[in-house]
Amino acid sequence: MDLTRGTAAELVGLLRAKQVSAREVTQAHLDRIAAVDGKVHAFLHLAADQALAQADDIDDRRAAGEDLPTLAGVPIAVKDVFTTKGIPTTCGSRILEGWHPPYESTITTRLRENGAVILGKTNMDEFAMGSSTENSAYGPSHNPWELSKVPGGSSGGSSAAVAAYEAPLAIGTDTGGSIRQPAAVCGIVGTKPTYGGSSRYGVVAFASSLDTPGPFARTVLDTALLHEAMSGHDPMDSTSIDAPVPPVVEAARQADVSGLRIGVVTELSGDGYQGGVMARFAEAVELLEHLGAKVTEVSCPHFKYALPAYYLIAPSECSSNLARFDAMRYGLRAGDDGTRDAEEVMSLTREAGFGAEVKRRIILGTYALSSGYYDAYYGKAQQVRTLIIRDFDAAFAQVDVLVSPTTPTTAFGIGERADDPVAMYLADLCTIPSDLAGNAAISVPCGLADEDGLPVGLQVMASAMADDRLYRVAAAAEAALTARWGQPLLTRAKGLQA
Amino acid sequence: MTSTVTDRYEPVIGLETHVELGTRTKMFCGCTTVFGGEPNSQVCPVCLGLPGSLPVVNKLAIEYTVRIGLALNCSIASWCRFARKNYFYPDMPKNFQISQYDEPLCTNGYLDIHVDGQLFKVGIERVHLEEDTGKSLHVGGATGRIHGADYSLVDYNRAGIPLVEIVTKPVDGTGALAPVVARAYVTDLRDLIRSLGVSDVRMEEGSMRCDVNTSLSPAGSGTWGKRTETKNVNSLRSVERAVRSEMERQASVLDAGKRVIQETRHFHEDSGTTTSGRSKEEAQDYRYFPEPDLVPVAPPADWVEQIRADLPEAPSARRARLRAEWSLSDLDMSALTNADALDLVEATVTAGATPADARKWWLGELARHANEAGIELSKLAVTPVQVARVTALVAAGTLNDSLARQVFDAVLAGEGDPDEVVAARGLAVVSDEGALLAAVDKAVAANPDAVASIRAGRTGAIGVLVGAVMKATRGKADAARVRALIDQRLSGS
Amino acid sequence: MSITRDDVVHLARLSRIALTDHELDHLAPQLDQIIAAVAQIQEVAVDGIPPTSHATGLTNVLREDEPRPCLTPEEALDQAPAVDLQRFKVPRILGTEE
Repeated sequence: MDLTRGTAAELVGLLRAKQVSAREVTQAHLDRIAAVDGKVHAFLHLAADQALAQADDIDDRRAAGEDLPTLAGVPIAVKDVFTTKGIPTTCGSRILEGWHPPYESTITTRLRENGAVILGKTNMDEFAMGSSTENSAYGPSHNPWELSKVPGGSSGGSSAAVAAYEAPLAIGTDTGGSIRQPAAVCGIVGTKPTYGGSSRYGVVAFASSLDTPGPFARTVLDTALLHEAMSGHDPMDSTSIDAPVPPVVEAARQADVSGLRIGVVTELSGDGYQGGVMARFAEAVELLEHLGAKVTEVSCPHFKYALPAYYLIAPSECSSNLARFDAMRYGLRAGDDGTRDAEEVMSLTREAGFGAEVKRRIILGTYALSSGYYDAYYGKAQQVRTLIIRDFDAAFAQVDVLVSPTTPTTAFGIGERADDPVAMYLADLCTIPSDLAGNAAISVPCGLADEDGLPVGLQVMASAMADDRLYRVAAAAEAALTARWGQPLLTRAKGLQA
Repeated sequence: MTSTVTDRYEPVIGLETHVELGTRTKMFCGCTTVFGGEPNSQVCPVCLGLPGSLPVVNKLAIEYTVRIGLALNCSIASWCRFARKNYFYPDMPKNFQISQYDEPLCTNGYLDIHVDGQLFKVGIERVHLEEDTGKSLHVGGATGRIHGADYSLVDYNRAGIPLVEIVTKPVDGTGALAPVVARAYVTDLRDLIRSLGVSDVRMEEGSMRCDVNTSLSPAGSGTWGKRTETKNVNSLRSVERAVRSEMERQASVLDAGKRVIQETRHFHEDSGTTTSGRSKEEAQDYRYFPEPDLVPVAPPADWVEQIRADLPEAPSARRARLRAEWSLSDLDMSALTNADALDLVEATVTAGATPADARKWWLGELARHANEAGIELSKLAVTPVQVARVTALVAAGTLNDSLARQVFDAVLAGEGDPDEVVAARGLAVVSDEGALLAAVDKAVAANPDAVASIRAGRTGAIGVLVGAVMKATRGKADAARVRALIDQRLSGS
Repeated sequence: MSITRDDVVHLARLSRIALTDHELDHLAPQLDQIIAAVAQIQEVAVDGIPPTSHATGLTNVLREDEPRPCLTPEEALDQAPAVDLQRFKVPRILGTEE
């Protein structure tokens, strides 16, 4: 059996039954990476030795009769924004090239304790700013469906790795849509958990009040398994919610939407939305209705201000979060020839170490926070945020979940939007509202667009701490759609078959 | 300072004090705060500001700050947030400081200061919490100071230690007393905070730091002058000198028809004057915004009330109480506080001495010992209990003053408790009347001129005879008794 | 409310980025475009609407004053560009501390 085609759930079964060893599973995936990552460029650093050592350890313990945790022996890819010991953490930036953090993030620590085998760190838009991985200082990743297309971003590497069968599971972060959008354009599943539901300790900060670590996988059940394993309260993170993780695995198995009230968001459609995307979305909604859900239209009038609010709040927070990269304690130091003072070295380093999008957002954020402008920009954006939260509250008083396309178009071409920041930002139109509200949302594949044969994602949104509802709906849609297709959608990805 | 300055100008002063709290761990992480550790041995990802690290608030620091606020008669916020103060400096690992901006934990209090019998109510604008920075050593260059240095070496042990910032409202109406009021405020603030047990507040060690704001306005003008901020004020004395120096400097600028520049100035210990630092006009844009990595702090009302109920007696209230109990004048009280003897005297009284006796010995003989040894009164090798015992022995007639002094000498030399010393050295007063009479007779016989003087009515001469008896008994007689016996003898009995 | 090149020069200094002339030439119009796009929020009536800085609604997340293990000096300094006397060595600092 080709171990790289198994789902995590299937691999868990095989490992438990000792039909296959963790080393075999890990090696199979390392081989796959060697075979295709030259084209996909999902990975920035591979941790082959560490991974095989971890796999061997799992095998030894299993042989000794130890009762192992759920994910023991399952390989996983980690977005290069999580601090990992023994593997570099660059956040896709030159300014952290070769940085080896002296500590490990809570989430990767928990995953290791859960027995997951970390294969390596994946590519991302620099400091999580972007929707395509084209902002990575180390070159873009490629969409396994069509290598000339972007895999989405900022967690494009993690998404591409899963879609290319380089890993059954991956983790990323979602700030404006950076898990859901790549999942949608790569034809896989990705979740933004409730903000505060997964620990940010050891996650290099982009926008602190929005960043949410979350799972990627090829199936809804796999995503739920990872969601559960990585989530939960962390005393090292003050914004972490101290409550049990919602029963996402149970909900993914239950997959029953009869009687569920589903609201289609009126404002997330129209101009700029690709025809093929809207068609697949509409069919998915119809299917859910057919399965017993009650579908209505819901208006969220302030959603149209979500994008501008986000592009004021996120850059403001990031301009402050990225101030620490100053050449003094770690990372790149440029221009220190003995004649320059600290300020000059700082400025030259940041000039050399940051890419264009990062510089743009730092300047924008500095502007939005500066004296005289705070009230009109950052202050006002935080008020608009309240209005968006109220839109959600009103909506969830009428329906159990909201749905929309995950992103207005399918994967665009590498280079197509690189010179047009505003056009690039539009990829986040549908995903941003959930980030601003701190709610939970998932993207699940719902078909291929007629125009280009590329994947379309269905986004399901739920209120904070109702993450399980997402999995219920997504699993129902997945089951029905897969039955209709006759085979998993991903099998039709042509990009790596040449 | 010539009083002519305050004849023509009205000073307005303000003080910003930073106090390092004595918590065991830092403000946002569990690193220890012990002073003097090896460089960079008390740091972690959080206080180093490593990418991905997150702060978590120290509960005790909140409690200590509330204590300070309540002691300063402030209102405690029912809900407040931390804010980021953004600026770049190598001793600040994140290049922003987590502080508080428009939502401080405590606001609107006061501290009553007494100077020269006058009461000054110093308004407290705010008390808030923030984190301290690391420390830099500047290497190369002539003076080891920052200008002209070749490079700097940074130690982050201090980064993240909780810092409380206390800001006064502008204080006017002090006139020529402004420098003294400033000093008295800082002194009283220090004593108050020390009494709360939240910091050891040592200016010399940097656990209390003071910036002083000074401005002058022409007398009676009703307008406020431009204010300068003076930093590097490292002792109580410097507080007074810095205000005085700035008042004089600003007065001469204004006298010359020029304008005072609003700026930061640096105080110099050696010259007692200030020099220009950074222009405050070119004010930093700190781009404050609420700290997104921390959630709001909402101290529950009952918790605050419990802290209020547990507050120790304020030093000023204690001083007032003791003054009344001991019936002291202002001057007497000042003598005690200036000598830092109040605690010792109170303890001695608690151990059984009268206030008068306790004061007499601590401010007299023992203060002399301390001065000679070059140490603080509280560091003398004698306890209040021992002092009380000595005063009891004197009151009982076992010792006289002279013998008591010898007892103290011995106790300080480590020979033991007062009773042990009295026994070992045989220092008790001679109370055997027979022996005394014998000594008196000897003295009378040996000093006929004195006797004649006394008989002639010059009673002062009795001192000679008393002296002779004291000498003969090696000081171990009660002088009053000796005098009485001499009188008796000479009047024929 | 448009952003000029001079504004960008000032902002770059505030954020310690030594932008090149070429970048300055290009950034100003790009930022202007972005600001125009985000300026839409000016349309929204927000009187009396409280700002949301924290979505979770949590308050009073506090920890006890108990020491936790910290890094060794070696670990702390391991990734530093320059080290001397167990301290981070940095180029000379002009100007005074805050």
